[in-house]
Amino acid sequence: MQKIEDLMRAKAAAVLADGAADCVLAWKRGIFPYDHAPALFRRGDDLADLVYDVFCPANLAKYLLATSRAGERAAVFLKPCDTYGVNQLLKDHRVVRDRILAIGTPCGGMVDVKKLRGAGCGTILAVKDRGDVLTVTTAKGPVTVAKGEVLLRKCLACKGNAYQIADDEIGTPRGTPPAPADRYAEVRTLEGLSPDERFAFWRQELSKCIRCNTCRDVCPACTCEQCVFDHPGSGVDGKAYVDTSQEALFHIIRAFHVAGRCTGCGECGRVCPQGIRLDLLNHKFAKDIDAFFGPCQPGADADSPAPQSTFRFEDPEPEAVTRQDDRRDRHA
Amino acid sequence: MLKLELRHLGALLDALAGQGKVYAPFRQGGRTDFAWYDGTAGRDAAALDLEHHTARAPKDVLFPQVEDLLRFRQQGKKLGLEAAPLPTESVVAFGVRGCDTAGFAILDKVFLQDPADLYYRARRDSLTVLGLACGELEETCFCRTFGLDPAAPGGDVDLWLAGGALYWQARTDKGRRLTEALGAAVPFTDAADTTADTAAGAAADAVPPAVAAQRDAVHASYDRLPLAELRFDDRLYHHEREAFRSPVWESLAATCLTCRTCTYVCPTCHCFDVRDEKTAPGTTERYRCWDSCMDRDFTQMPHGNPRKGKTERFRQRYLHKLVYFPEDHGGTYACTGCGRCLQACPVSLNIVKVEQALAADLGAVGAAPDGKGGAQ
Repeated sequence: MQKIEDLMRAKAAAVLADGAADCVLAWKRGIFPYDHAPALFRRGDDLADLVYDVFCPANLAKYLLATSRAGERAAVFLKPCDTYGVNQLLKDHRVVRDRILAIGTPCGGMVDVKKLRGAGCGTILAVKDRGDVLTVTTAKGPVTVAKGEVLLRKCLACKGNAYQIADDEIGTPRGTPPAPADRYAEVRTLEGLSPDERFAFWRQELSKCIRCNTCRDVCPACTCEQCVFDHPGSGVDGKAYVDTSQEALFHIIRAFHVAGRCTGCGECGRVCPQGIRLDLLNHKFAKDIDAFFGPCQPGADADSPAPQSTFRFEDPEPEAVTRQDDRRDRHA
Repeated sequence: MLKLELRHLGALLDALAGQGKVYAPFRQGGRTDFAWYDGTAGRDAAALDLEHHTARAPKDVLFPQVEDLLRFRQQGKKLGLEAAPLPTESVVAFGVRGCDTAGFAILDKVFLQDPADLYYRARRDSLTVLGLACGELEETCFCRTFGLDPAAPGGDVDLWLAGGALYWQARTDKGRRLTEALGAAVPFTDAADTTADTAAGAAADAVPPAVAAQRDAVHASYDRLPLAELRFDDRLYHHEREAFRSPVWESLAATCLTCRTCTYVCPTCHCFDVRDEKTAPGTTERYRCWDSCMDRDFTQMPHGNPRKGKTERFRQRYLHKLVYFPEDHGGTYACTGCGRCLQACPVSLNIVKVEQALAADLGAVGAAPDGKGGAQ
């Protein structure tokens, strides 16, 4: 990744110097080998801290809301999966195209620090990326881990190495994406359960929620000026549960709200401090939208009509969902 | 000091449950968190996890995320008020690390100062803390920055896992009362019984070799941690105005998501909101719940919000811990070095990065008036 990082620094320096951008959204080196933070670099900032390796999972697309709002032109480094978020922001009219300089950045999959710890790396002191394997220096000595074993869950549902929007690209050829997995496999397993079993599963998952709202705050599709769950007049601005059904409703309402706009970036599942499988909820909606309205990949472009906000005579009636459930129950 | 073979941990949990509700760390689904011991799957002796650090601090044992305060009931033309009963049930917190007992001490400074918070005091009085010395440290640990010792947890009873056994040392009256109450229900042995001829008093104070070795090992591993030498810069709280006006806030806050993760996992964050909720026709319940300075309606008042946006709220969180709290409490930072925000922040912002950026920015301000450099 060293070479890519150098190219990124040079690109950042160039666009800031020639005025192509007012600021650069990238990742900044942390204290540990893995805690790189999204950062806004401006003219005069030290670009030596700009970092890019397997520990840059954060999708920078959502920060464009603030820079675009401020009237600034932001250069933003985007992994292939992050480019979907930018298109979706454009389609939702949340950002101004002229204020974005999208720079495609190759990615071969990002590493989950929690999985790394689980793979016998207790106290992580240094990490060396050797392509297919990582060599981790721990307090107890070096540990070699296969990268495929410790990739973030969102990377296991990788959509490939194509940029959906890019004004520029860093490095050629593009990164080799992780082996594509069946992103709906677990959804199908859940669909195969009885309604009671499914209810029990979601009851258990959603009961872990502590209402930190991180899933909402990280989501490139959650862009309301003021979320209904933060609005004191809404009657549902719970900062905490009074009973657990409120947490369940929060997540279900959010999933409905982003349905058809969720790009499947998987950030919600990554950031949940309680480890709730929010990605499954959104994948279920995506899968159903595919089935009912035809194949749809939100964020693949910035202008095609969205299935949930476009009426067509051939759209299925709501009973389609019930029929689907009936069929499944008969099979069960 | 007493000693217990690890195979008796289940018996210990059951005996503790006889003394009160037991709050302990259990591992489920690859993560460890405090939960109420009830013997069911995932909350039983088999799931008890004294090795990993918990994802969240156990502060909710004293300061629950939601706590009922009052119920208003409309009865004809009268309004009936019922205060929630004080939580006086005995509770045992089992396996609390030093950073988290230090967290309790910081909450005490807030809630027990005159006038004491009645609900907090009731919970505090009913709580016996079984501290657990650290074995494995994480690279995010920095408790020694605040003068804490990972091998000295500072509970009412302190516990060490060493040499395949659990060592038990009562430190306070509460701890001694609990030890006595457990009595014969737990097959403790005297940890110093190999030196049978030692006087009883001396034996009680003696540190068994296994515990001493464990302490030394933890101290040695701490020395190798990346943050082993980290010191917070005391100049910060002697220069509140400069810290407040620092230009670092704008750039640090720029990529904060303003989620509440850091405030919810933190052992010292203690802001709360008081809310009313209609729970049935004619009935309203007043409760308090954790608040978060990351929240947009944090300190919202009828006239507006004195903290206009995310930069101001972000600054509030860190100045509260690094400046306002030490100003008010004799130099004590509202941070115990547990490292949870270092691990939990979805965008890897945390108190260490903020402190370092701020201290670097104040580089030109000069030394603290008392000449001290680091925090102790």
